[in-house]
Amino acid sequence: MSYISLSHEDKQKMLAAVGISSLEELFCCIPDEIRLKRNLNLPPPLAEPELVHYFEEIGKKNDDSSYLSFLGAGAYRHFIPYVVDYLSSRGEFISPYTPYQPEVSQGTLQVIFEYQTLICQLTEMETANASLYEGASAAAEAVLMAHRLRGKPKILLAKTLHPQYKSVIQTYVQNLSVEIEEVNYSKSGEVDLDDLTGKIDGEMSAVVCQSPNFMGIVENLDRIAELARKHQALFIVVVAEAASLGILKAPGACGADIVAGEGQSFGLPLSFGGPYLGFMACKKDFIRQFPGRIAGETKDAEGKRGFVLTLSTREQHIRREKATSNICTNQAWCALRATIFLETLGREGMRELAHQNIQKANYALENLARIKGVKRRFGGPIFNEFVLEIDAGWPKAEDFLRKNGILGGLSLEPFFPELKNCALLCVTEMHKKDDIDKLVRLLGEVLR
Amino acid sequence: MIREPLIFEISAPGKRAFLLPKLDVPEKKANLAGLPLREDIEGFPQVSEIEVVRHFTRLSQANFCIDTTFYPLGSCTMKYNPKVNEKVAQLEKFLFSHPQAPQDLVQGNLEILKSMEDFLCEITGLEAFTLQPSAGAQGELVGMMLIHAYLKDRGHPREVVLIPDSAHGTNPSSAHVCGYRVQEIKSNERGTIDLAGLSRQMTEDVAALMITNPNTLGVFEFDILKIAEIVHGQGGLLYMDGANMNALVGKFKPGDMGVDVIHLNLHKTFSTPHGGGGPGAGPVGVKKQLAPYLPIPVVEKGPSGYVFNHDRPKSIGRVRSFYANFLVIIKALAYILSLGAEGLKEIAEIAVLNSNYLRKSLETVYHLKYSAPTLHECVFSDKFQKEHGVQNIDIAKRLIDYGLHPPTMSFPLIVPGALMVEPTETESKRDLDLFIEAMKKIALEAVKTPEVVKSAPHASLVRRLDETSAARNPVLRWEGDKG
Repeated sequence: MSYISLSHEDKQKMLAAVGISSLEELFCCIPDEIRLKRNLNLPPPLAEPELVHYFEEIGKKNDDSSYLSFLGAGAYRHFIPYVVDYLSSRGEFISPYTPYQPEVSQGTLQVIFEYQTLICQLTEMETANASLYEGASAAAEAVLMAHRLRGKPKILLAKTLHPQYKSVIQTYVQNLSVEIEEVNYSKSGEVDLDDLTGKIDGEMSAVVCQSPNFMGIVENLDRIAELARKHQALFIVVVAEAASLGILKAPGACGADIVAGEGQSFGLPLSFGGPYLGFMACKKDFIRQFPGRIAGETKDAEGKRGFVLTLSTREQHIRREKATSNICTNQAWCALRATIFLETLGREGMRELAHQNIQKANYALENLARIKGVKRRFGGPIFNEFVLEIDAGWPKAEDFLRKNGILGGLSLEPFFPELKNCALLCVTEMHKKDDIDKLVRLLGEVLR
Repeated sequence: MIREPLIFEISAPGKRAFLLPKLDVPEKKANLAGLPLREDIEGFPQVSEIEVVRHFTRLSQANFCIDTTFYPLGSCTMKYNPKVNEKVAQLEKFLFSHPQAPQDLVQGNLEILKSMEDFLCEITGLEAFTLQPSAGAQGELVGMMLIHAYLKDRGHPREVVLIPDSAHGTNPSSAHVCGYRVQEIKSNERGTIDLAGLSRQMTEDVAALMITNPNTLGVFEFDILKIAEIVHGQGGLLYMDGANMNALVGKFKPGDMGVDVIHLNLHKTFSTPHGGGGPGAGPVGVKKQLAPYLPIPVVEKGPSGYVFNHDRPKSIGRVRSFYANFLVIIKALAYILSLGAEGLKEIAEIAVLNSNYLRKSLETVYHLKYSAPTLHECVFSDKFQKEHGVQNIDIAKRLIDYGLHPPTMSFPLIVPGALMVEPTETESKRDLDLFIEAMKKIALEAVKTPEVVKSAPHASLVRRLDETSAARNPVLRWEGDKG
C-alpha cells in the first residue's frame, strides 16, 4: 500500500519546480558512500485484506482472553461503556497534534482541563497535570519531584509498592545521589508503622506508599502522613487501582503531598499493558516543580473563555536542561478516554462501581478462605484484590484451574520470596457470582 | 458555533449516563468496616448519556486534526494515520490480553514485539532494540541511561553530554534527568556541527554527542562520518535523535554512519496517530556492545517459543510497568508491513520532494536563514515581515483563517522568528499549493494590511488567547464547586 497523494504528473511538475530531474538528486546532501543502495530487507507489502488477516492469525496465538481470569496486579478488567469507544474514536480526537495552537485545539484543551478537574476531585488534591506515561513512571516522576523539593538524600518506599513501580523508581534515580530504603509490611499486610517509625528520620525527601497496596490491602494513610510530616518528608501516595478512588477516602484528605498513579481502570482496555495513563496531582504550593503539561483557563481577545497549555516555563521546550521533567508527548488520548469514562459513570456510577468491587472481592475471599488448605494471608481491609496462601502449593492449584479454563491469580513468590505458595487474586464488577462460585468449587476440588 | 460549557456546568443531581447490573452477591456492611471511606466525590459530574455524547462531539468539532487539516508542523511529522491500523490494534485478542497472563498464552503478542524489534534493526542498521519507552523523550532518557551504564561498566560514566544549539529541548532535558551536565555546541554558518569546535569540546569527560540528523533545520550532517570519528576517538558514544527519520527511511541507515544509540518516534515516522499529544512510542536501538544494558524484560525466541527474559544482570532496569505502549507498536508494525521496503523508501523520497517544493515556492517570500540544501523540512523566518511589524506568531495565527494549521514556531532557537515547515509525504500537491498560496497572501497582507495579520485569527472558534495571564494567574481546574 502507498499513502502518497501525488500523481505522476504532480511529481514531474514538482521536480521541475525544484529544478531537478530525479528524486535521487534530492538526497545529494547525503555522502554517496553512506547512502543505502539496496532495498531494505523486509517482507513484501501486504494489501489491506492481507494485513487484517495477518493480525487475525497472529492474534489467534494469544489465548488468555478466553479464560476466566482473576489476574489484576496493576492491570484491571473493568467495564467500559460503549460511549467511550464511540466518542474517542472520532478522528478529531485521534488525529490532532499536541494543542500548542490553542485557537484550533479548544476541544483537546477543554478535555484536559476537565480531566485535571476530575483527577483533583477524585484525589482531593489542588492541582493535576495533563497526564504522564503510566503508573510506574508517574511514581518515579513523583519521587524526582519530591527530591527536587526537599533535596534530602533518602527515599522511603513501602515494600508493598507494586514491584514494577519500585523497579522503575530505582531505574530513574540510579544515577542521582538518592538512596532508597524499604519499609516492611505488617502481619495484616499494611505498612509496618513500627518499622516506619524506626527508619524515618530527617534525611528523607519522601515516604512513598501505595493504597490499595500490592497485596490488595487498603492502607491507613493518615497515620503514615503524620509520621512523614513530623520528619518534614513529603508524603507520596501511589494509586495503582484508580477505581478505588470512587469510594475510599481520598489521598488528599489523608495528608498526601503528591499523588501519582495508574488510570488504566478509567476506560482503557488491558491491551497487554499499554497504552495506559499515568496521572499525577499535588498541592498548589509545589506547582513550580510539577512535571508535565498543564492546561489552564484564560480569555481570548474578545473576553471569551478559552483554554491553553500553561506554566510552560517548567517544561523542556522552554527550560531545556533546567526543566522539571523531560516529558513532552504524554498520553493525551488515554486521558480523553478517562474523561469520557469518568463523566459517563458520574458521581453515583463511580461510587457504585467501587462498591461492587469491594462486595464481590470480599464474597470471593470469604468463600475461598473457607476451603480447607486455603488461608487468607493478610487480615487488612481489601478493595478488589487479596492474597491467598495454598498449603498444598500454589503451582498445583494454578495448573488445575488453568486446565479448567481459569487463570487463578498471580504467584507472589517471584517478587516476595517469603510469600511462598501465595497468589494475588483480583475480583471486579466484571465477575459474575457464577464465575466466583466456579473458582471456589474448582479450587475446593483440587485441594480435596 | 456555540461554545460548549464545562461538563460540571451542566451537571445536576439525579442525572446519570450509566447503570451497572444489580449486585449479584450478598451485600454485607461488614465488608466496608475498617475501610477509610469517603462520603462523596465533591463536584463530580452527573449528566445524561446524550449530554455526554453531545459534549464530546461538540468539543471534537473545536479541534483541527489531520483527518481534516494540513499540519505543516516542523519536526512533528504530522502524516496521515491509516485507518486499517486502528482496526487491527482493536482486535479483541490484543485488546483484552492481560499483561500478567502466562507467557505461553500470549505468544502472539510476544511475536509482534519481536518482529517489530527485528524490523527496526533492519531499518536503522542498529543491532538490538527495546520497544519499552512510551514516547521520544523517554527514549532519549533510556538512551542516556544505556550510555551511562555502558561507560560506567568500562570504568567511568563521564560527566558531560554535548548537544548542538539547534536541538529539541527534550535532548538537554533528558541528558540532565540522567545526571549528565549539558554542554552546547554552536552551529556553523551552514547550521550544522562545526568540526573544529566539536574537536575542541570532545574531551575524555564527554560521554556522548546527541545529534539530530537531519537536524532541526532539515539539513543533513554531511560530515557525519568525521563527527563519529571525533566522538569515538575520545571514547564517547554517538546518540541520534531519530525524530527526523522520515527523511531517511530506506535511503540511509544510521547504524552505517557510526551511530551507537538511536530513538525513533513511532508516532512520527511510522504514522501512529498523535491523539492530541500521545500516546506515542519511542523505541531505542543500540549497537551490539550496548545490548546487555537494555531495559528488562527483553523478548527472546527460545526453543519452546517466545519468552520475556528478566535475568539480565547488566540491564539498566525497568523503565515502565509491563512491556510497551503495545497497541501503538501494533499500529506501527501494521504500517511497516503494509508499505514494505519500496513503500518505506517512498516515504523519504516524497517527504523530501514535498518539502523542497514548498521551500522553492516560498523562499523568495519568506526569509531562509540557512541556505544549505534541506531534506524533509525547512525553516523560514519572519525577517521580511518584521519590517512591517508582523511576527511569526501573527503569520501562524493568520494561517488558521485560511483553514490551515500553523507551522512550528520559534524553534529551532538558532533561527529568530522561526517558522518551521514539514509537509510529510502524504500531502497532495493541491494541499501544498493551498498552503503556498495562503503563505504568499499573508506575506502581502503583512505589507498592506498588517493589522489584519496581527489580530488574527478572525475565523476561529476563539480569538487569540491570552497565554500570559493564564500563566500569571493560573486557573488549572474548575472551581465552581468551591462556590
